[in-house]
Amino acid sequence: MAKKKIRIRAKMKGDVTEVKALMSHPMETGLRKNKKTGEKIPAHFIQEVTCEHKGKQVIVAHWGVAISKNPYLAFKFTGAAKGDTVKISWNDNKGESASAEAKIG
Amino acid sequence: MKRRSFLKGTVASSMLGAAASAGLLTPQSVLAAWPKAAFEAKTVDGGMEAALGSSSVSESGDIKIKAPDIAENGAVVPITISTSIPDVDAIAVFIEKNPVPIACSYDLGATTKGFVSCRVKMGKTSDLIAVVRSGGKLYSAKKMVKVTIGGCGG
Repeated sequence: MAKKKIRIRAKMKGDVTEVKALMSHPMETGLRKNKKTGEKIPAHFIQEVTCEHKGKQVIVAHWGVAISKNPYLAFKFTGAAKGDTVKISWNDNKGESASAEAKIG
Repeated sequence: MKRRSFLKGTVASSMLGAAASAGLLTPQSVLAAWPKAAFEAKTVDGGMEAALGSSSVSESGDIKIKAPDIAENGAVVPITISTSIPDVDAIAVFIEKNPVPIACSYDLGATTKGFVSCRVKMGKTSDLIAVVRSGGKLYSAKKMVKVTIGGCGG
């Protein structure tokens, strides 16, 4: 099983906070075949990624299978201060989930 | 007598199966916000309608798509969508020639800038369509990305 990890970097530039997140996930499309057995590899992908700042949703991402393996996501928002925490969580089509927090620097 | 107990057994096991499938369905109902129909649509218009509520878009010069002109590896194509349109509440990305055209859709909060960046898979050379929703209207921009090695299949 892949490690459920999210690496987050949040940085202030003026009044804009830029958040970059890297998740580890196989993101299987369900279209690929196992070369040895010829069987289809079942789909396994992140469906929803949510980022919260002070309990408010900043962004909700709905993803399909077209997102690359070990997904990367970056976005910008205003209204945060240095030292605030942002929380990012995801859940996938198999009901697995993970979340992580980071301080804005 | 034997037959009867056999029947009883099958009824019980089929009920178990029903219970298991019901249990399996629960996590999906939690994800009700995930627009399932959009990610099953096989056309750009169908996906757009399911994800953003409409498929009537107007092209806009205020949306910038940053993506490579030629992607050597279709499995990882970095894209960045940024726009100067104010009050953007949703951004979606479509890849016309993918089996499922919608790649991702983002719901943005009130303080979130019109900017997202992610990495997508592209099966073959295709148009990349970015759609931005602001004030109930849809705006789009296109960019052609050439793919030398596809990112789907294997």
